[in-house]
Amino acid sequence: MEGHLLSALVFSPLVGAVALGVVGGTDARAIGRTALAFAFVPFVLSLLVLADFDPARGDFQMLERADWIPDFGVQYLVGIDGVSLFLVVLTTLLTVLVVIFSAGDVTRRLKEYMVMMLVLETGMLGTLVALDLFLFYVFWEVMLVPMYLLIGIWGGTRRIYAAVKFALYTMAGSLLMLVAILYLGWLHREAYGSWSFDLLRLYDLSIPAGVELWLFAAFALAFAIKVPLFPLHTWLPDAHVEAPTGGSVILAGVLLKMGTYGFLRFALPLFPHAAAAAAPTMMALAVVGIVYGALVAMVQPDLKKLVAYSSVSHLGFVMLGLFAANVEAVEGAVYQMLSHGLSTGALFLAVGVIYSRRHTREIAAFGGLWKVVPLYSVFLLLAMLSSAGLPGLNGFVGEFLILIGAFGRHPMFAAPAVLGMILGAVYLTWMYQRVIFGPLRHEENRALPDLTGREIAAFAPLIVLFFWMGVYPRPLLVRIEPSVKSIVERIERVRPPASTASEMARVGRPSSARPGAER
Amino acid sequence: MVEPAPMLRALLILPLAGVIFNAFFGDRAGRRAVSLVAPGVIGVAFLVAVFSFFRLTGLEEGGALADRLFSWIPAGRIQLDAGLRLDALSAVMALIVTGVGFLIHVYSVGYMAHDPDYARYFTYLNLFMLSMLTLVLADSIVLFFVGWEGVGLCSYLLIGFWYENDENASAGKKAFIVNRVGDAGFLLGVFLLFWSLGRHDVWTLDFSGFREHASLLTPELATAIGLLLFVGATGKSAQIPLYVWLPDAMAGPTPVSALIHAATMVTAGVYMIARMHFVYDLAPDALAVVASVGAATAVFAASIGLVQTDIKKVLAYSTISQLGYMFLGVGVGAYASGVFHLMTHAFFKGLLFLGAGSVIHGMEGEQDIRRMGGLAAKMPVTFWTFAVACAAIAGVPLFAGFFSKDAILFHAFQRSPVLWAIGVLGAGLTAFYMFRLLFLTFLGESRVDPHVHVHESPPSMTVPLVVLAVLSVIGGWVGLPEVFGPDVFGEFLAPVVGAAEHGEASHALEIGLMAVSVAAAAGGIGLAYAFYLARPELPADLAARFRGLHRLLLDKYRIDQLYDAVIVQPLAGLAHFLWRFVDTLLIDGAVNGVGAFVRAQSITWRVLQTGNVQHYALTFLIGVAVLIGVLLVR
Repeated sequence: MEGHLLSALVFSPLVGAVALGVVGGTDARAIGRTALAFAFVPFVLSLLVLADFDPARGDFQMLERADWIPDFGVQYLVGIDGVSLFLVVLTTLLTVLVVIFSAGDVTRRLKEYMVMMLVLETGMLGTLVALDLFLFYVFWEVMLVPMYLLIGIWGGTRRIYAAVKFALYTMAGSLLMLVAILYLGWLHREAYGSWSFDLLRLYDLSIPAGVELWLFAAFALAFAIKVPLFPLHTWLPDAHVEAPTGGSVILAGVLLKMGTYGFLRFALPLFPHAAAAAAPTMMALAVVGIVYGALVAMVQPDLKKLVAYSSVSHLGFVMLGLFAANVEAVEGAVYQMLSHGLSTGALFLAVGVIYSRRHTREIAAFGGLWKVVPLYSVFLLLAMLSSAGLPGLNGFVGEFLILIGAFGRHPMFAAPAVLGMILGAVYLTWMYQRVIFGPLRHEENRALPDLTGREIAAFAPLIVLFFWMGVYPRPLLVRIEPSVKSIVERIERVRPPASTASEMARVGRPSSARPGAER
Repeated sequence: MVEPAPMLRALLILPLAGVIFNAFFGDRAGRRAVSLVAPGVIGVAFLVAVFSFFRLTGLEEGGALADRLFSWIPAGRIQLDAGLRLDALSAVMALIVTGVGFLIHVYSVGYMAHDPDYARYFTYLNLFMLSMLTLVLADSIVLFFVGWEGVGLCSYLLIGFWYENDENASAGKKAFIVNRVGDAGFLLGVFLLFWSLGRHDVWTLDFSGFREHASLLTPELATAIGLLLFVGATGKSAQIPLYVWLPDAMAGPTPVSALIHAATMVTAGVYMIARMHFVYDLAPDALAVVASVGAATAVFAASIGLVQTDIKKVLAYSTISQLGYMFLGVGVGAYASGVFHLMTHAFFKGLLFLGAGSVIHGMEGEQDIRRMGGLAAKMPVTFWTFAVACAAIAGVPLFAGFFSKDAILFHAFQRSPVLWAIGVLGAGLTAFYMFRLLFLTFLGESRVDPHVHVHESPPSMTVPLVVLAVLSVIGGWVGLPEVFGPDVFGEFLAPVVGAAEHGEASHALEIGLMAVSVAAAAGGIGLAYAFYLARPELPADLAARFRGLHRLLLDKYRIDQLYDAVIVQPLAGLAHFLWRFVDTLLIDGAVNGVGAFVRAQSITWRVLQTGNVQHYALTFLIGVAVLIGVLLVR
């Protein structure tokens, strides 16, 4: 088993899904318990991976390699590094929490719902550990189907529209990526005489300059849609509003990160020249997204839409960090992916709680809830503060590293991005005020029950992690850093480190001291 | 010399323990337990601060105590530790924060005795102490920022403590957002500083690292950094243009106004500039901006204070004005004088707010001074202590405020007589509006609603008043002007913030300047006496004669309305435009347009897909014919 830990991790949810489908029975409580047990298996396995992980190494660990379609060089190749490590843990953890929460939240076809969740988990985990591009693509598409069904079957009133939009939008992007992947395999054959989709080999492939930009564009489109990067974001609010709570949590918590993860794992290191050329554009779009998402979030009357647009803003920070491409910013971006997964997951759970009681998400339908549901109010407060990047909680560490890193690369992009922090405080505190503070405005809310034990169980781990990730990020950062360094070095090899001196010269007088001391 | 001192972490652990206790067990443990634990942990923290202070004085000059906690954010060139450091400056601050903080915790036990959310209140208050001590003791600018934002959060929570009132909740939100605006500038300043030193391969975010390498900065960079950091200070310390949140913040419980919005949190900006003085020393332009903004705010806020009728609003504008003096002090390079005024202000302004709270408590919630008057007889302790504080803030000789304000004005004169003149004008205004407040509240005819049963407050409230009153008298004697004796305070701080140049000023000039400010204070007090005790009909006459000006002052120069029209409304409009037009119509319209286009095409071309084999065969045949035709023609 030792040598196949990653495979066991990836496929354990699928096995669980099949088993649940066969033996699940019809009793909702039993289904909930069984599903939880099956969700726990990958969680425990991911903790084992974490324990086995060697923090000092920047390359891939726990590699497993087998031929899959030998004629085309397609392999089953999986491995993990500091970038994917915690995303894997985030995925298994959020799945457990969603299963706990949904068992009390989903009222029809619970078994099928849980099966979909577990299938989805295999897709996500596979996407995160696949190191063969073809295998990656397969997992990438596997994620699509269960999420499509989750929205389409368990969604709200416009679920079909949202599900179709989600599926078509994502597929439109990923088809071009498939073409680019096949082209890369062919390029490998041209160079070495055999097809290969092995990422570790393709990293060192020399790609003709004219082609590289097109390949980058194909990958970037697929990933940018997933992130989503402005202006490719409009599928997200619709998908979120219609998705069931659990679906929203996974969608925002994990699926969006597949886009940013894709950039970091594939688009940036495979096509460093093109990425460098595109960096100003991408950073500009990221900054526009940060400000734009925050502004639009501010005026949403629907809680879920507000959180959805806040994701556009927060993921803009991640993109800014990735394309700033120095160790600090990229490390911050990875940290922010994890952090956003937790805080947005918490916000969607919080919306789900009041939706399940009142069947509305209109902010105007609430107000003055503190007196009625104090525990819930405290939880929402913490989720809101975490999302607003309050120092001491998880959100700050990533945002700080991204902004300080990006400032060193391009002060002119980092400066407007700071606006996002202000606007984040605006839409979050305003939302909180209208929902929780003030007098009790609606009689229907007077008897709202506070958090149930099940809901507390779903929230508590998130709160603990908010504090942990804000106060003591070191255990995560030291494991992330070596891998980030090796990716950044790969990018820097072609892009000479932008001298901070040239940027500083705009602000200050050129000094006699030696310029460009950046490592 | 830096000596390791693990006991510093007790200053954080104690309030943290209070937070945890009050949050998780406060409601179950009952009021008595909360009343013991919440002030208790702060009292012990004060003792720790005193003990640390004496240990510090035992070290050689310029020494410090340090306590490295753990490696916090290690990422690339950023290697941040969480560490605490107690030097002369942070020792003074720690003493003020824990000392005044303890008194206000004790006072709160009485003031909040009947509030149903007792435990929640003390949870927030302890959390504030934790954040404020983090801010004061942080050895890196990032940990400082954690405290900086933390106090902002507590301010937000405590302003909106009585959340069922929408106005309170809005005031809390406003404070949070306006502070965030300042924080954005502050962070950019930190980034610029980090990378400016990075140019020289110096990678640090520690205050000691900054201090050591500050000389690498060019004047231009130092100016830019200093100004950006100052943006943060204008938010936190309520200076023009970001002061607008502080008057609204009075919505919080009065002990909170005393602790957070007068004595401690709002002075964080002054502390920050003193802490970063080595940057400002390189940037005379930035310092000039600090001093000018401070002087302008001092007079501007004082003028609004002249006409306010809410007892807490008068004190709020007074606080903004006094903070302006502190910035005037640090802005003319007299960092120690600025911090000195910070300390005396913590005593007398804390006292004023607690006294106001005692009045409000005794008047069963009334805050309008037009419905007060003649309270002195019924609330003697409150009256006498309040009077002491008024004398202190007005600059009556020998009271604490006299020495600290005078030190600032003296140094301001050295830099610029104009700044000095503005400062003196503000001092006169201050004396006037403070004694106006004193007279209207406590003396003269009673205008109290006969149904209100006025009573003196319980000892838990009056004892802190007396302690602060004593400090408001003697607190200034540690920083005597040169002509009278040693400036113990300035000498103690000198190794950290440097000594302000005394210039060539003669003792005659020193005494002359002092005489002018005493005259200004006396004039203000005399005018207040004439207006509000001797001839009470006069203010109404004046207000009638200068109706426009009076209205403008009552409306606080309509700055809130201006911000609303120029910033808030346009931003909201933009947001709606982006959502309704750009997002829904343009972007999503384009997306759905692509979908609709594909669909429309499919419908058009579907006609061809009849499923009838003969049709396909026909089409095929035509195709072949056309191909052959093309080939033949070529």
